[in-house]
Amino acid sequence: MTAVIKTSALRKDFTVWHKTGRLRRQRRVVSAVDGVDLTVTEGELLGYIGPNGAGKSTTLKMMTGILSPSGGQVSVCGLTPVPQRTTLALRIGVVFGQRSQLWWDLPLSESFSLLRHVYRVPAADHAARLRRCRELLDLDAFLATPVRQLSLGQRMRGELTAALLHGPKVLFLDEPTIGLDVLSKQAVRGFLAELDARGDTTVVLTTHDLADIEKLCRRLVVIDHGRVVHDGTVAQLHAAYRSRRRVVVDLDAPWPADLVLPGASVERVEADGLRVTIALEDTTAGELLGRLAGSVALRDLSVREPEIDDVIARLYAGR
Amino acid sequence: MSDTSTSGLPRILAVVAAAGFRRHSTYRQATIAGAFTNTMFGFMRCYIMLSVVDVTGQAGGYDRAQLATFVWVGQGLLAVVNFWTPPELAERVRSGDVVADLLRPVDLMAMVLATDLGRAGYALITRFVVPVVVGMLAFDLFLPADPLTYAAFAVSVLLAVLISATCLHLVALTAFWLMDVRGVTMVWALLSGAASGLYFPLTLLPDWLATLLWVGTPFPSLMQAPLDVLVGRGSAALMVAGQVAWLAVVVALARVVQRRALNRLVIQGG
Ligand SMILES: Nc1ncnc2c1ncn2[C@@H]1O[C@H](COP(=O)(O)OP(=O)(O)OP(=O)(O)O)[C@@H](O)[C@H]1O
Ligand SMILES: [Mg+2]
Repeated sequence: MTAVIKTSALRKDFTVWHKTGRLRRQRRVVSAVDGVDLTVTEGELLGYIGPNGAGKSTTLKMMTGILSPSGGQVSVCGLTPVPQRTTLALRIGVVFGQRSQLWWDLPLSESFSLLRHVYRVPAADHAARLRRCRELLDLDAFLATPVRQLSLGQRMRGELTAALLHGPKVLFLDEPTIGLDVLSKQAVRGFLAELDARGDTTVVLTTHDLADIEKLCRRLVVIDHGRVVHDGTVAQLHAAYRSRRRVVVDLDAPWPADLVLPGASVERVEADGLRVTIALEDTTAGELLGRLAGSVALRDLSVREPEIDDVIARLYAGR
Repeated sequence: MSDTSTSGLPRILAVVAAAGFRRHSTYRQATIAGAFTNTMFGFMRCYIMLSVVDVTGQAGGYDRAQLATFVWVGQGLLAVVNFWTPPELAERVRSGDVVADLLRPVDLMAMVLATDLGRAGYALITRFVVPVVVGMLAFDLFLPADPLTYAAFAVSVLLAVLISATCLHLVALTAFWLMDVRGVTMVWALLSGAASGLYFPLTLLPDWLATLLWVGTPFPSLMQAPLDVLVGRGSAALMVAGQVAWLAVVVALARVVQRRALNRLVIQGG
């Protein structure tokens, strides 16, 4: 397992000036990234998440060589990003969701063939990769459309393709699913899952859509105020935050308010007492059911797995 | 700065230039409107200049035909050598879209210059041709007899395009410090128009001032030089040599400024 990305004590401070009077300005230093240590090995698909302003985009900019760190080290594919930016550009692919790397006035297909030359990709490799993207991302309908006329979802599929045509070792994706509809999101996720399954591309994915994370990432790094607050699997996150499974029961008669349930707690009572959500703390669903069956008239029930949104919300809120 | 090995770079830049050509060819209406405007102003400028010649017998050392050529070819070159379009890069720095340019495996300035050569090529076959043909039909233009003069003119125009594009790249790079480059762009547009021979031949100026402009600024290299090469006023070799020298100066300056700009890189926006 070789490290493809390695940072140690990586930091970025921005100096911002505040107007305090008519002429007076006050200097303030914002530590956008505040000592991040991260090692990403070949083929990993890493979810890099955190609340707004946590420092995700700033980290990605330093990793891709378009922003100089204020301190610490970063190396990607064995290169130091800023001084070796143009060499590194051949080995990485980047999508910044809110920006475009395509040529605005040209048809999508022309951007692609231009990229082939700019990255000096052998024609056969280029054709093979483009074919795969066309199939998986459904590009054919708008290949001949000028980029400025594409919808957001269409453009994003184009951006993903553009980032991959030169066969990068590492792919950096900063909110690639932002603003996409369900189908486009599914297309992008399916595409990334397929890429991950091949195992030869390392991916760093930033997103606010936790479904992306749940479906794609085994490893999750959460940062807040520029610091890593969690680095591990999604399951470890649930364990650390004691995420609970829930049982939702539908009843024939209203819920008796005085019922005591050891190891579980009632979270919500709805529909005039006919629907109740119970969180499992120190018991199993089976034990709970046994107890309920003797006390209430059960009509229907379902068990809900802990939701990543909940645990992330608790993580963000508890900072 | 550039780690791109030189093998293949000319080919990459040729493809980028071709893309610049095609990008501009998608704006047909703008091209037609531009050619029309430049032609209209050609009539105006030409009648004014010729009325001066009719009174004094010559103007700035040009006879009627030379002056008509100066005006009409100047109206054509005005779109080829970029004077007024603000550099795209400045806006991209302001918005943060410059990230895409910086993530290419090719040096930023090389990409910018290649793209502009493509734009100039498209302008040459559209916006240059229209006023020159109209001028030829409506006036007696001076046409050099020596084919070498046309070759020298072509070289001089190419140099003018490169000098202008490099200067505009310098203007754009100030965006890394200033964010808003409108002021700098305006100063550039004003100076490059007045001091290049675009509005009037520099020979109308007092000798000391004209000499100062030729020696001390790149502006005459943008317009006066190619036009004088064409109408055969002064030494073509000297003027082209002067352009080469100025190109070397502005390119060297732009390299230094670009390196500084990229070292202090701050990309705007998340
Ligand atoms: N160019 C800049 N100048 C000053 N401060 C900046 C600059 N860029 C980012 N910051 C600050 O750095 C911090 C981190 O920003 P960053 O864009 O990395 O956040 P993020 O995690 O990507 O957030 P989001 O989820 O909203 O995209 C924020 O407080 C932001 O205000
Ligand atoms: Mg961001």
